[in-house]
Amino acid sequence: MGAILEVGTLHYVVLSFLLFLVGVVGIIVRRNMIVVLMSLELVLNSVNLNLVAFSYANGDLTGQVFAVFSIAVAAGEAAVGLGILVALFRLRQTTELDKATELSG
Amino acid sequence: MEFLTVHGADLMFFVFGALALAAAVGVVTLRNPMYCAVALLVSFLSIAVLFLLRGAEFLAVVQVFVYGGGIMVLFLFVIMLINQHQLRETRKYGPHWWLGLVAALVLGLVFVRAFYPAVFSDPASSPPAFTHVEGLALGNSQAVAWVLYRQYLLPFEIVSVFLLVAMVGAVLLGRRQ
Repeated sequence: MGAILEVGTLHYVVLSFLLFLVGVVGIIVRRNMIVVLMSLELVLNSVNLNLVAFSYANGDLTGQVFAVFSIAVAAGEAAVGLGILVALFRLRQTTELDKATELSG
Repeated sequence: MEFLTVHGADLMFFVFGALALAAAVGVVTLRNPMYCAVALLVSFLSIAVLFLLRGAEFLAVVQVFVYGGGIMVLFLFVIMLINQHQLRETRKYGPHWWLGLVAALVLGLVFVRAFYPAVFSDPASSPPAFTHVEGLALGNSQAVAWVLYRQYLLPFEIVSVFLLVAMVGAVLLGRRQ
């Protein structure tokens, strides 16, 4: 087995970065607000993975405790985000973000 | 067989890491939001396995409960409530899709610049702090609770107030006028 196959903290950091990247690209490119919120969850999840990996590397539980808080905030964010989505759908009969243009005159 | 016992954890990382990444790409590229939700669920569960591999047993269970259960049900509920099949079929990506590629490139450069000559400590086994409370081997849930309720009690209470506010806000937003 080569050194690249010995899984260490760097592997987790790279994987977490790739998940973060996919999530950020999803937030920017998609039009459907449901999928944008899903990409947001992916980003938060990748951050949790990073916290857990560094918690293991440092032998310190604080990273895991912080991830618990992060999951709680993600749950609240999902509830409010989907509430806004339902309100937008009632107003505009669409979930596409391009159609929410009331502020652009 | 001996290969599996020695490198089993490494193998699991590559299998479930690839699965999580493939499912994440599926979330961004699939057209039907229902398929996106299923891909998101696969990604959540794979990341729960990765938490287990790094000794975060309590967090893995919380991940399955909160993400795989709660947040997933919220998404599926909203998708069914909105019923997009009645809507006109439109383009998947917005007019600013190239901005996503620029952001990916910039983030990639920042990451490589920050981490290229990085050296991390890689302990061979799970740290004793993950399962031990004052020298007693109790388990990961107890160890997390020990830190959470002793060192971080105030943030914990603030989070409960935050969840209450989020719940009231979601109910207000979803209410019929």
